[in-house]
Amino acid sequence: MIHSLFLINSSGDIFLEKHWKSVVSRSVCDYFFEAQERATEAENVPPVIPTPHHYLLSVYRHKIFFVAVIQTEVPPLFVIEFLHRVVDTFQDYFGVCSEPVIKDNVVVVYEVLEEMLDNGFPLATESNILKELIKPPTILRTVVNTITGSTNVGDQLPTGQLSVVPWRRTGVKYTNNEAYFDVIEEIDAIIDKSGSTITAEIQGVIDACVKLTGMPDLTLSFMNPRLLDDVSFHPCVRFKRWESERILSFIPPDGNFRLLSYHVSAQNLVAIPVYVKHNISFRDSSSLGRFEITVGPKQTMGKTIEGVTVLSQMPRGVLNMSLIPSQGTHTFDPVTKMLSWDVGKINPQKLPSLKGTMSLQAGASKPDENPTINLQFKIQQLAISGLKVNRLDMYGEKYKPFKGIKYMTKAGKFQVRT
Amino acid sequence: MTDSKYFTTTKKGEIFELKAELNSDKKEKKKEAVKKVIASMTVGKDVSALFPDVVNCMQTDNLELKKLVYLYLMNYAKSQPDMAIMAVNTFVKDCEDPNPLIRALAVRTMGCIRVDKITEYLCEPLRKCLKDEDPYVRKTAAVCVAKLHDINAQLVEDQGFLDTLKDLISDSNPMVVANAVAALSEIAESHPSSNLLDLNPQSINKLLTALNECTEWGQIFILDCLANYTPKDDREAQSICERVTPRLSHANSAVVLSAVKVLMKFMEMLSKDLDYYGTLLKKLAPPLVTLLSAEPELQYVALRNINLIVQKRPEILKHEMKVFFVKYNDPIYVKLEKLDIMIRLASQANIAQVLAELKEYATEVDVDFVRKAVRAIGRCAIKVEQSAERCVSTLLDLIQTKVNYVVQEAIVVIKDIFRKYPNKYESVIATLCENLDSLDEPEARAAMIWIVGEYAERIDNADELLESFLEGFHDESTQVQLQLLTAIVKLFLKKPTETQELVQQVLSLATQDSDNPDLRDRGYIYWRLLSTDPVAAKEVVLAEKPLISEETDLIEPTLLDELICYIGTLASVYHKPPSAFVEGGRGVVHKSLPPRTASNESTESPETAPAGAPTGEQPDVIPTQGDLLGDLLNLDLGPPVSGPPLATSSVQMGAVDLLGGGLDSLMGDEPEGIGDTNFGAPPPAAPARVGAPIGSGLSDLFDLTSGVGTLSGSYVAPKTVWLPAMKAKGLEISGTFTRQVGSISMDLQLTNKALQVMTDFAIQFNRNSFGLAPAAPLQVHAPLSPNQTVEISLPLNTVGSVMKMDPLNNLQVAVKNNIDIFYFSTLYPLHILFVEDGKMDRQMFLATWKDIPNENEAQFQIRDCSLNAEAVSTKLQSSNIFTIAKRNVEGQDMLYQSLKLTNGIWVLAELRIQPGNPSFMDLELSLKCRAPEVSQHVYQAYETILKN
Repeated sequence: MIHSLFLINSSGDIFLEKHWKSVVSRSVCDYFFEAQERATEAENVPPVIPTPHHYLLSVYRHKIFFVAVIQTEVPPLFVIEFLHRVVDTFQDYFGVCSEPVIKDNVVVVYEVLEEMLDNGFPLATESNILKELIKPPTILRTVVNTITGSTNVGDQLPTGQLSVVPWRRTGVKYTNNEAYFDVIEEIDAIIDKSGSTITAEIQGVIDACVKLTGMPDLTLSFMNPRLLDDVSFHPCVRFKRWESERILSFIPPDGNFRLLSYHVSAQNLVAIPVYVKHNISFRDSSSLGRFEITVGPKQTMGKTIEGVTVLSQMPRGVLNMSLIPSQGTHTFDPVTKMLSWDVGKINPQKLPSLKGTMSLQAGASKPDENPTINLQFKIQQLAISGLKVNRLDMYGEKYKPFKGIKYMTKAGKFQVRT
Repeated sequence: MTDSKYFTTTKKGEIFELKAELNSDKKEKKKEAVKKVIASMTVGKDVSALFPDVVNCMQTDNLELKKLVYLYLMNYAKSQPDMAIMAVNTFVKDCEDPNPLIRALAVRTMGCIRVDKITEYLCEPLRKCLKDEDPYVRKTAAVCVAKLHDINAQLVEDQGFLDTLKDLISDSNPMVVANAVAALSEIAESHPSSNLLDLNPQSINKLLTALNECTEWGQIFILDCLANYTPKDDREAQSICERVTPRLSHANSAVVLSAVKVLMKFMEMLSKDLDYYGTLLKKLAPPLVTLLSAEPELQYVALRNINLIVQKRPEILKHEMKVFFVKYNDPIYVKLEKLDIMIRLASQANIAQVLAELKEYATEVDVDFVRKAVRAIGRCAIKVEQSAERCVSTLLDLIQTKVNYVVQEAIVVIKDIFRKYPNKYESVIATLCENLDSLDEPEARAAMIWIVGEYAERIDNADELLESFLEGFHDESTQVQLQLLTAIVKLFLKKPTETQELVQQVLSLATQDSDNPDLRDRGYIYWRLLSTDPVAAKEVVLAEKPLISEETDLIEPTLLDELICYIGTLASVYHKPPSAFVEGGRGVVHKSLPPRTASNESTESPETAPAGAPTGEQPDVIPTQGDLLGDLLNLDLGPPVSGPPLATSSVQMGAVDLLGGGLDSLMGDEPEGIGDTNFGAPPPAAPARVGAPIGSGLSDLFDLTSGVGTLSGSYVAPKTVWLPAMKAKGLEISGTFTRQVGSISMDLQLTNKALQVMTDFAIQFNRNSFGLAPAAPLQVHAPLSPNQTVEISLPLNTVGSVMKMDPLNNLQVAVKNNIDIFYFSTLYPLHILFVEDGKMDRQMFLATWKDIPNENEAQFQIRDCSLNAEAVSTKLQSSNIFTIAKRNVEGQDMLYQSLKLTNGIWVLAELRIQPGNPSFMDLELSLKCRAPEVSQHVYQAYETILKN
């Protein structure tokens, strides 16, 4: 099971270590540093690194490497999932997960880690329960604690931990009872040179923020549940009812949680909301290249596309670019060769474009690689797959909750090849 | 007011200051001080000097302070064992606390203090906590047993904690069950022999119930534990699968992958005709695809596992090619894995898409990735014949880009394409030659030299080209030197007149000026060949080469089967069995898929030439001789052909047999392989699957005879009475079993001893160990009149349902006629199940022999046999027991033999023939088999065959 955890910042300092079994010398991280050095970028450090006596499994989040040390045969996904859970918990506790914040709250971090694993076995990883055991620091609480001498460690057995609904604590009380659901879809797509779609898929999630008193039992139904054939549920969802009736029936955790994530990959169901027209050409003889891109809306169901950003890694041979955008602002970093253009909203009447020239190294041959264009955008009030929530009902409690649902479509890994 | 204040130090010396604060009277100050200590500890500062002061703070009602002190204790108790004793009393007291949280905390912390002296005191409180009324305490105590076991295993056993732990598997609380399973699994890992997790249908049922209710982590433990269970039949397997499938929709990817493991393993036991089998296959694809949309680290592990799954059951993901397309900002480790899977999934249907993608990747920035993409194009050409042409033109396009590393990779793969499709794409040689100067990597140079040598007669200036390489001979790597030597010899044999000087030069360079033994030896061999018999040299050097097989980087099937059992673990990430890398090999038990089809994948020596390991002259995609044979054999047993093929095909095998000739034509004339290729026995009549690329049309005379050889069929026992007339209202049945040319039949003799005519015969078998079932209905053409006898041969197949019988070869038969239904049971001789392709490759035999644990070996005596070794071998061969090698040790003949049963189980035998009295021999038979229960029956088969 998980032996130890090291937190390492991007400059290679170990700033926190936690051992759940015997102490493992931090020199084990040398193997990790070696791998880090070999990888050109932090993202490319392999997640599983063997050393003579241990295995190092790492994730890279918020510019911090979370490196778990294991000694025996342990499912790596188990470890990686757990590390993600650690990151999520920190974020949940402190708002952000960063080196200074972790250092500022080192004792809480340590206490939380101790509660999360026992002898390497996960103990309490639901944030609802952790928060009962160890209260997250707030400014008010710190002040109160200092004055009264009370602590931020709960002395009650967390109620949820042994019930059939371990994700929900008992005795929840709100004056305003509300349940909000966000349907967020991300489109991952690869579009080829000619503008036709090579692959496109939608990663959707339904994130919920539920603040309801007592033990509410909710059911959520969809207009078109047939879209959802590849789903992963929060443990609270009753799988049997989904199988038989295609409705989500659950007792929600308290607060924010991800109810469901789904995947739509059938090509015909994935509409591509934007197109990019591009003309990027180098000539053999000249040291100047032409660059021109235009972004326009495609299948948007009448909604506006906002927050458009175009990112492109230009070939190494490009020295500089002189471009004029019809709207928004652009930058080109001559060191990393990264072009970024912050477009903003797309006005279908006047399509945004970016035109100009690229200067190449004098005398160099034309670059071998074609730049790929990475697109980011947002569309409010639209789930591009067409998923629609039909209704939300509550049983088990008498009050009438306030309900809300929001849809949003975003670009995930949306790439256009040139 | 943040914790960072704990890091600030004063001039006086930190430790001193802290000591004073820890001993302060004020509670608040104490707590702050402990926090400072903990903060120092987390960043790796040594604060062990404060041990007594911190322990003094332990007796407190303040839970936070208590927890902090416990944290400290866990870290430093080991370095201060004597002081740690001071804490024991508090622990023992806390274990009696009315608050379950405190009880649990105490028992949890005690277990983490890795000091021998303390463990003794721990036993009593732990025993109490294991039986605590509060499940929270019980579940904590369960983990504590594992901790204690880690520190002092003997103590745990002596105190009987293991039994208590086993009892907890039946606990009413699912969380306790999950933790008990986790603890037991961990203990079992360091105790491979102990039978800790003794799973039976009842305990499985309990686990499955707990599975629905426990936390996600508990689900992982339970699923991993389930995967070790072997259901008794397909029905049980199906019911477990049904209850595990909902886990595929879990948000935690580790739960999903563990569920996939259980399903992949148990699926092995399900019949492919089952509707449920198809449903299950369909259900497996979406969760695997979903794993790919997770974070890159998860993707990586998922991809490594998918790589295994795709090799085992390609049908699951065959329509999901697109999800493996590479995004340019994927991390490199994800890119490379995706590429690998793309090639595995490439087929005629999707090859156009794949090629377009690969070409796109070849223009990316990352050099490693580009190289691999170019290689992938070559692999596609070799895998999908119809695409070869397109692949070659794509490669040529890439060569035109003149990007150095792209050109080199392209040349390396084009050489492989030449080997796969000889004399088809020579037109491109000219283009290749243009790029000769830019090649600076040994592999590319060697490939180019090979091409020049191979096609020397078509390249006008071949001698000049090779000569140019020769100039820097000593600076080249061995790979290039060897290749150059062979290429020049080839050139000389093709154009002897102009190149004599060149060949002299290279031979002297290789033999006199080199101190590399490989190079020298090869030089001498060529030299002698050329000088003694140029014609023979020509035959050897220019002989036709074996075709390279499709996918040489496939994981060897037994290993693959083992790895499937390890899905989701480190082994699956490294594609090595845990025994290969787990520390000290401790706690490693070989796992295998359930027996129904598992062993039908033949065993083979573990080192199939992995791509990328350059071995002498052999370019790396082309395996060395032995491996190639192994690969071809494997093609027959077919992992790419989905599922358990043998059972269904055994009936038609005989017919296909006669065509199966590719093998020995390959064995014969490989020139450069130095290992011996003749096995000293007639070539096995390997059934070539139709469509397998072994040139099944090549059936020469030799093969036919060997095919005919098996025609004579195995030994047939005389008919015995199975059902006496007394018991069956006048119907007497006697019969025997035969096996001829791959088909099994039951020869029956029905006699009517009653006074009335018998009609409407039908026959049915009960489920039996090898799935024997009638392949056709029992046909008695005319009514059977009194005192009449008919002889019927009833063809059998082995695709019926399987149930283990006792004895193993028991067959229960029901026969019906117009009078009644009669039942009888008979024992069939095992040798009717020995299949015609039961001859194992020699290396595979050795490896398998070693691989099977010694406890599976069974020894038998066969006395007074009148045959000598030769005769024994021939006689056994006619019953499909194949002699692989023969040795004479101190006057005794040793025969090494293999046979394979219809369900794919291999049996290896060592037969020692020692002269007993003058005319009779005593035979000593050692059998090794993964399923040792068959040994007894195999021995009986030996005895019957040899004595008759």
